[in-house]
Amino acid sequence: MPDEALHLPLINRILALEKDTPGSLLPILHAIQQGAGYIPSIAVPEIAQALNLSKAEVQGVISFYHDFRTTPPAQHILRLCQAESCQSMGSGLLAAQLKERLSLNESGDSADARVSLQTVYCLGACACSPAMEIDGRLHARLTPERLDDLVNRCLEGQAC
Amino acid sequence: MLKLFIPCDSLARAVGADEVATALTREAQLRGLPLELQRTSSRGLYWLEPMLEVESANGRLGFGPVTCADVPSLLDALTAGSNEHPRALGLVEDIAYLKSQQRLLFARAGITRPLSLDDYLAHAGFKGLEQSIKMDGADVVAAVLDSGLRGRGGAAFPAGIKWRTVRDAQAVQKYIVCNADEGDSGTFADRMLMEGDPFLLIEGMTIAGLAVGASKGYIYVRSEYPDAINTLNNALEIARQAGYLGTDICASAQPFDIEVRVGAGAYICGEETALLESLEGKRGTVRPKPPLPALEGLFGLPTLVHNVLTLTSVPVIMARGAQYYRDFGMGRSLGTMPFQLAGNVRYGGLVERAFGLSLRELIEGYGGGTASGLPLKAAQVGGPLGAWIPPAHFDTPLDYEALAGIGAMLGHGGVVVADESLNMAQMARFALQFCAEESCGKCTPCRIGSTRGVEVVERLIASTAPAAREEQAQLLWDLCDTLQYGSLCALGGMTSYPVSSALKHFPADFGMATTEATQ
Ligand SMILES: Cc1cc2nc3c(=O)[nH]c(=O)nc-3n(C[C@H](O)[C@H](O)[C@H](O)COP(=O)(O)O)c2cc1C
Ligand code: SF4
Ligand code: FES
Repeated sequence: MPDEALHLPLINRILALEKDTPGSLLPILHAIQQGAGYIPSIAVPEIAQALNLSKAEVQGVISFYHDFRTTPPAQHILRLCQAESCQSMGSGLLAAQLKERLSLNESGDSADARVSLQTVYCLGACACSPAMEIDGRLHARLTPERLDDLVNRCLEGQAC
Repeated sequence: MLKLFIPCDSLARAVGADEVATALTREAQLRGLPLELQRTSSRGLYWLEPMLEVESANGRLGFGPVTCADVPSLLDALTAGSNEHPRALGLVEDIAYLKSQQRLLFARAGITRPLSLDDYLAHAGFKGLEQSIKMDGADVVAAVLDSGLRGRGGAAFPAGIKWRTVRDAQAVQKYIVCNADEGDSGTFADRMLMEGDPFLLIEGMTIAGLAVGASKGYIYVRSEYPDAINTLNNALEIARQAGYLGTDICASAQPFDIEVRVGAGAYICGEETALLESLEGKRGTVRPKPPLPALEGLFGLPTLVHNVLTLTSVPVIMARGAQYYRDFGMGRSLGTMPFQLAGNVRYGGLVERAFGLSLRELIEGYGGGTASGLPLKAAQVGGPLGAWIPPAHFDTPLDYEALAGIGAMLGHGGVVVADESLNMAQMARFALQFCAEESCGKCTPCRIGSTRGVEVVERLIASTAPAAREEQAQLLWDLCDTLQYGSLCALGGMTSYPVSSALKHFPADFGMATTEATQ
C-alpha cells in the first residue's frame, strides 16, 4: 500500500479552493483523481469534514460513479468501447484479442499492473467504430492489426 | 499562398488528422513552400476523415481520407495548380452527402475555427442574441413556442412551454442547465457542436438565460468528451473577455455566466433529474416528478434543462424567425434534426435534415448500406433504449409520431446500423446487462429485473426443447412488461424496446421459429 498521507497536501489544496462552490463534490473528486491517480481512502474523511457531509455520503458518491477509482491505476489504461455501434463493428473480438495478447485477468488487469483494460459505453466516435482510448488518447476505425500496433507502441513507451 | 484546412475534431484526430497536419507542415517547410493551415471543425462526413480542404477561387476543394503517405503527392499536385489526385473529392460544397442537407445548426461545421470569435461573427454568429436583447423576454419565449421546437434530448417535449414555466416562476435565482451527457451509442452531434462551434451553445444558453430570467448556466458534459470540455472552457473565457458573458451581456445591463461541469461515467446522469442530483454533488439517482425541474430543479430552484441541440437551435430561430424554422419538418416534428449515422454503415456521419425523410433514405441513401457489404439486418434508432427496426419498416418517416407508431422512438437522433452477422439475441442480452450496470437503483424491475432478464435470455438461447423456449420467451415478454410499467424513468421503462423488438423481429436469433415469438 502506498503511503496515502503523501496525498494530503494535494487534497487540502483542492478542498480549500473548491469547498465553497455549490455542489462541488464531483469537481473535487475529479481534481483529486487527476492529481493522485485515484481517490485515496484518506481523502474521504477530509472531504466529509470540509463539505459537512458524512463519510458514508462521500463514499456513496465515489462508489456510484464508474469513473472514480479507489486504488492506484495501472501504468497504461485502455478504454475499449463496447456500446452498440462499436459492437456492430466487432469490438467484442478486439476485447478478446487484447485479453489474450496481454494475458489479462477477468477484470481486465495484467498481473504486473502495467495494463488495465476497461469497458466504456460510447466515446462519441461511433461514425468510425470501433473505438478505444489509450492513455487518454482516442483512436477509431480500429482493426485487429491497428490495435496490435497501437498497443505495441504504447507498451514500448512511444507516444500513442 | 496555399490555404489549407484540417479538422481538429476529436474523431478526425482519432483517425489521424493531427499526424496529417504535422506531415503537411513539415513537408511544406522542406520544400520552402509558404502555407497557411487552419484547424477547423469537422463537416461530419466522417468516412472521409481526415479530410483536407484547400482554398480555391471557386470554393474549397476537398481531399480525403488523407494519410501521411499522401502528403508529398498532394503537395505536388497542389503546387502544380492541379486538383488531380486519387483522394480528390472536388468542391466540398458539391459533395452530394453534404449538398442535400439542410444545415441550420451545423451551418458552420467544417468551415470555421472553433475558438475564433472572428470566424463565428463572420458567419452570422451572435445574430440571434443581438435580436433577442432588443426584445422583451416574453416575446423571445413566444418565438421559441411558435417555432415548434421540441426537446432534442429524447422526450421531445415542446421547448417553449418549459421556457414559459421557468419564466413565470418566481425565485431569487434560476438556472439554465445544458444536458451534454450524450450517452447514447450512435450519437455524436452534441460532441461535434461543443468541439466545433462552442460559441453557438454559449449564444443559445445566453438567450435562454435572458429570456427566462436566469443568471447562471451549467453545461454538464460527460467525462468521455475531454476535447469538448477543453474547447468549452476556452470558449467561455473568450466570450467573457468579449463581453458576451458576465455582469453586463452586450451592454444590456443583464448578467449571465456559464460553468462547465464534468460527469463521471454514469449513463443515468443523462436523465435530467439524475443530472441535477449529480450537479448538486450527489449520487445520480432519479427524482420522482413532480416537482418539475422547471419549478424545483437545481438546488430546489427553477431550472431550464435542455439538450445541446435544443439550445443550439435557438440562435437560428431568433436570428431568422420562428416561421423560417417551422417551415422545415412535418406534422408536429418541426425544424431540422441532426441525424447521426453510425455502426456498420459505409458512410457514417452527420446528416442534418428537416424531419420527415425516411429511414431508408438515411441508411441506404446517405449511409450507402453496410460497411461490411453484408446484407443489412436492422437499425437501432434512438440509442440503447431504442428499438431494433428491421428493413421492412425502413420507409417510416423520421418524425417523432411516425416512429412511435411502429413502437420505436427517435430519441437523440442516433442510428446504429447492423449487418446480418450481429446476433439480436446477444443485443437483447446486452440491453438488459447495460440496464443492470447503469441502473440508479431506485426501482426493483430496473435494478434486479434486468439481471434476471440477462439470465432468461441466456436460458432461452440455451434451451433445446420448444416448450422450454416457449416458457423462457414468455418470461421475457412478462419481464419487458414489468420493466415498462414498473419503472420510474425510461432507463428501466424503455430497456424493453431493444429487447422486445429483437425478440419480435428476429426470433431465429433466439433459436425460435417465427411463430413461437410472435405474440
Ligand atoms: C436514461 C436516460 C438518459 C438520458 N440521457 C440524455 C442525454 O444523454 N442527453 C440529453 O440531452 N437527454 C437525455 N435524457 C433526456 C433528459 O431526461 C431530458 O428529457 C432532457 O435533458 C431534456 O432536454 P430537452 O428538452 O432539450 O430534450 C435521458 C433520459 C433518460 C431517461
Ligand atoms: S428505472 Fe432504473 S434508472 Fe430509472 S429511476 Fe428506476 S432504477 Fe433508476
Ligand atoms: S458506440 Fe463506441 S464510440 Fe459510440
